[in-house]
Amino acid sequence: MASFAAYQDNCPFVKNILILDSEGKRVAVKYYSDEWPTLSAKLAFEKSVFSKTQKTNARNEAEITMFDNNIIIYKFIHDLHFFVTGGDDENELILAAVLQGFFDAVSLLLRGNVEKQEALENLDLILLCLDEIVDGGMVLETEASVVAGKVASHTADSGAALSEQVISQALATAREHLTRSLLK
Amino acid sequence: MAQPLVKKDDDRDDEAEYSPFLGIEKGAVLQEARVFNDPQLDPRRCSQVITKLLYLLNQGETFTKIEATEVFFAVTKLFQSRDIGLRRMVYLMIKELSPSADEVIIVTSSLMKDMNSKTDMYRANAIRVLCRITDGTLLTQIERYLKQAIVDKNPVVASAALVSGIHLLQTNPEIVKRWSNEVQEAVQSRAALVQFHALALLHQIRQNDRLAVSKLVTSLTRGTVRSPLAQCLLIRYASQVIHESGNTQTGERPFYDYLESCLRHKAEMVIFEAARAITELSGVTSRELTPAITVLQLFLSSSKPVLRFAAVRTLNKVAMTHPMAVTNCNIDMESLISDQNRSIATLAITTLLKTGNESSVDRLMKQITNFMSDIADEFKIVVVEAIRSLCLKFPLKYRSLMNFLSNILREEGGFEYKKAIVDSIVLLIRDIPDANESGLFHLCEFIEDCEFTYLSTQILHFLGNEGPKTSDPSKYIRYIYNRVILENATVRASAVSTLAKFGAMVDSLKPRIFVLLRRCLFDSDDEVRDRATLYLNMLAGDGIVSETGKDVKEFLFGSLNVPLGNLETSLKNYEPSEEPFDINSVPKDVKAQPLAEKKAPGKKPTGLGAAPTGPTSTVDAYEKLLSSIPEFAGFGKLFKSSAPVELTEAETEYAVNVVKHIYDGHVVFQYNCTNTVPEQLLENVSVVVDASEAEEFSEVVSKHLRSLPYDSPGQTFVAFEKPEGVAFGKFSNVLRFIVKEVDTSTGEAEEEGVEDEYQLEDLDVVAADYMLKVGVSNFKNAWDSMGDDCERVDEYGLGVRESLAEAVNAVINILGMQPCEGTEVVPSNSRSHTCLLSGVFIGNVKVLVRLSFGIDGPKQVAMKLAVRSEDPAVSDTIHEIVASG
Repeated sequence: MASFAAYQDNCPFVKNILILDSEGKRVAVKYYSDEWPTLSAKLAFEKSVFSKTQKTNARNEAEITMFDNNIIIYKFIHDLHFFVTGGDDENELILAAVLQGFFDAVSLLLRGNVEKQEALENLDLILLCLDEIVDGGMVLETEASVVAGKVASHTADSGAALSEQVISQALATAREHLTRSLLK
Repeated sequence: MAQPLVKKDDDRDDEAEYSPFLGIEKGAVLQEARVFNDPQLDPRRCSQVITKLLYLLNQGETFTKIEATEVFFAVTKLFQSRDIGLRRMVYLMIKELSPSADEVIIVTSSLMKDMNSKTDMYRANAIRVLCRITDGTLLTQIERYLKQAIVDKNPVVASAALVSGIHLLQTNPEIVKRWSNEVQEAVQSRAALVQFHALALLHQIRQNDRLAVSKLVTSLTRGTVRSPLAQCLLIRYASQVIHESGNTQTGERPFYDYLESCLRHKAEMVIFEAARAITELSGVTSRELTPAITVLQLFLSSSKPVLRFAAVRTLNKVAMTHPMAVTNCNIDMESLISDQNRSIATLAITTLLKTGNESSVDRLMKQITNFMSDIADEFKIVVVEAIRSLCLKFPLKYRSLMNFLSNILREEGGFEYKKAIVDSIVLLIRDIPDANESGLFHLCEFIEDCEFTYLSTQILHFLGNEGPKTSDPSKYIRYIYNRVILENATVRASAVSTLAKFGAMVDSLKPRIFVLLRRCLFDSDDEVRDRATLYLNMLAGDGIVSETGKDVKEFLFGSLNVPLGNLETSLKNYEPSEEPFDINSVPKDVKAQPLAEKKAPGKKPTGLGAAPTGPTSTVDAYEKLLSSIPEFAGFGKLFKSSAPVELTEAETEYAVNVVKHIYDGHVVFQYNCTNTVPEQLLENVSVVVDASEAEEFSEVVSKHLRSLPYDSPGQTFVAFEKPEGVAFGKFSNVLRFIVKEVDTSTGEAEEEGVEDEYQLEDLDVVAADYMLKVGVSNFKNAWDSMGDDCERVDEYGLGVRESLAEAVNAVINILGMQPCEGTEVVPSNSRSHTCLLSGVFIGNVKVLVRLSFGIDGPKQVAMKLAVRSEDPAVSDTIHEIVASG
């Protein structure tokens, strides 16, 4: 990966995006910064992120914490923990927008059924989603429906018309899911 | 949607940990990858295999070089398939494998074909993949396509090309810079994200051209920037331009209006970016700050934790420099103390502690108390530190703050946290005399139940120094003796020492201390027994002779007069023999560095670490050092030691500074020498002083230094006799020594040495050397009580001066006296100023000085000098000093 130091001063830069399960194990992760060069450094980071945020309630609104000069924005749903990390001088709201975009896109793609089992069974979608939201640390797109649209169109069998159908379908399921969760 | 990779088990609910990748193995998956080579490709199955490979990589599995190459070649076969989903996975896989240069060539043609395909999705992804894996030579081939892509009407394609450009700029700047026309066009794009990416790239292309950046910002701030992200970038660039335009003390700041208008943007991220940019402007005025603070204040009560955090963190930073600007937010801030998110709560508390006024302290403390129990230790330490500085700011509030500290001291907590609290209490005890007894009492209670040996011993030591000075020392004895009964050997030993200190200082307690110490003679630990025996003999040996009493105190309270580092080296070098180790053989040189450090601004001695040396001033240390040299013993009492004066430039072969020690009838120059050449050993080091320009001085003693190894400072002394009282002179110095070569690999020096000299800078003995800086608390009282018998008043013209403040400082420096009541600070633009000084002149004569300055148009400064002292001759001398200076 290229060196980032030169342009992360001025440009919003995402250091990593993580999805961990309820025990802190990896579901899908993507690192854009070389701050954690080795696997063990990455795992250590994930472990401390997980343990520091584990007890908080980040199920309705995205939560935020800061350690080791990094800002971490996170949100939990069922047995999945979503994290987005940025530098300590990053605009927190930009990172939050990335997390929200990713989170919603995943919800759309998994048709509102966001849990570890489903995520692993559709890991290809999650990985494509990561690929569409951030490229080498640069924010590529934060609008969830656009991200989901790009990913979904690939998996549609053929033709562009279908992809739109998939999105509207997915949106409908998400809306349904939302109302259900509100009624609870 | 892709099908599940493994059929769901019907009874999977029974399985605690079900995963479609359960039992997955790298070897098996690599075998499976052979399906890529099938003549009839099954896109679905191939996608599944790629997903499994990606899963393995994602879990941290690595492929060997050979495995990676095999997978890569297999994957390239998949370009034959026309399945969109599979192609997408192929792109992902190629990026993850990051193939080597010769492998890249294999896929280049396929990717270039995709780049020109009719499907936008192919084009965008092919661009990203190709740019990720490409090198310079290939880039020139595809450059044409990339330029087209940048201005493509499809935003996804344009963004892909722009983002790739941003990455490529790091490796191939000269190529990417050629695209600036296209990028400029893309900045005007109607698609939000394209605009963002184009702006980022354009700025990076031009970032070294200030004028271009400034133009770019000017044109865009007037135009319409659609994307919030692009708007954030623009704010960053604008504040950079503001920063580089430098001093804007006068008039409007450029682009401030733009920043302010962004505070009304509809996207929160833009509002926040602008508010933060305003707070970070250099030399921001409170008028400029106000609108930014107002929007941040609104964020404080947001329902979104991220927004609250962002706002409170920014306000916390502002509070460091502009506490008054933040006070308006105090009410919102207080409600954040109970915030679910502990990071927010901690930031809120520390902000409040910075901005709070005296009246709000009590209320604040009550709120913090509730909050402390449920935050992590690292946050607690931050809070304790904030409270410590608050207490020093409002000494009158020590009672509630001390109570708070003692309460949290009783709660659960780790070592670092407890140490922070104890340090704070110790600091308060030292800085706020009223807090002394209650603070000691809290510490006593703490050691009753303290699990940290280090803290117990430190507190006992501190108690021994401070306890005997209190009004009722006896009440501490119980706490201390309890340690002897209940604790481990280390704590017991230090408790015994503490008891002895009480015995030595407080006569009325001595019989009781004896009883307690005698009990310690039967302790199971030898160190405890030894100490008890030693102290018993020492205290008992007394009785009548005050001399011995003094020795005892010296022994108990005096710090070791050799630096521990030196003692350690000497002990290591000591070879067991008939001859006992002589502590006098340990070099006593104090490294010049620690002294300088002590003077470093902002480095306060904090807490226990500094406790043993804290009160001992530099003068004490010097006095001890000098009195240990027999030649100087007859000089009487040391009057003053100057600050070290450097006699060499920084980073020369030999670093020498000098401290002037003034006695009534003598002057001793202490030359601190450091040899900075590893290949040299200096021997017989001395300083030859030429006092021809100091007629009243005559050299009496010169003490040379036997050897000066690399990087281990040593001292040489020269003493002069001078008339009683004041004498001035200029001295020129030459360092003389025998230099021997040292073999750095073995550390051994050669037998033969060469004599050599090293010219040092000249040294002056000036009036300020005879003046001790001693302040008075109430200058007017002191002035009036001194009376005008010995008053001398005169006026002086100081000639043309840069400013009034400069003139005031010059006079203060010449006299070397202590400015009183903050009168050394001259308000800017004032035309006249009165400065009050006090000091003690050699011969222990108190001197007070009142200086009245006036400045007129062409910077002519006039001064009226009024001196009162206990001796008219001294008053005259002061005038002479000023007249000659």
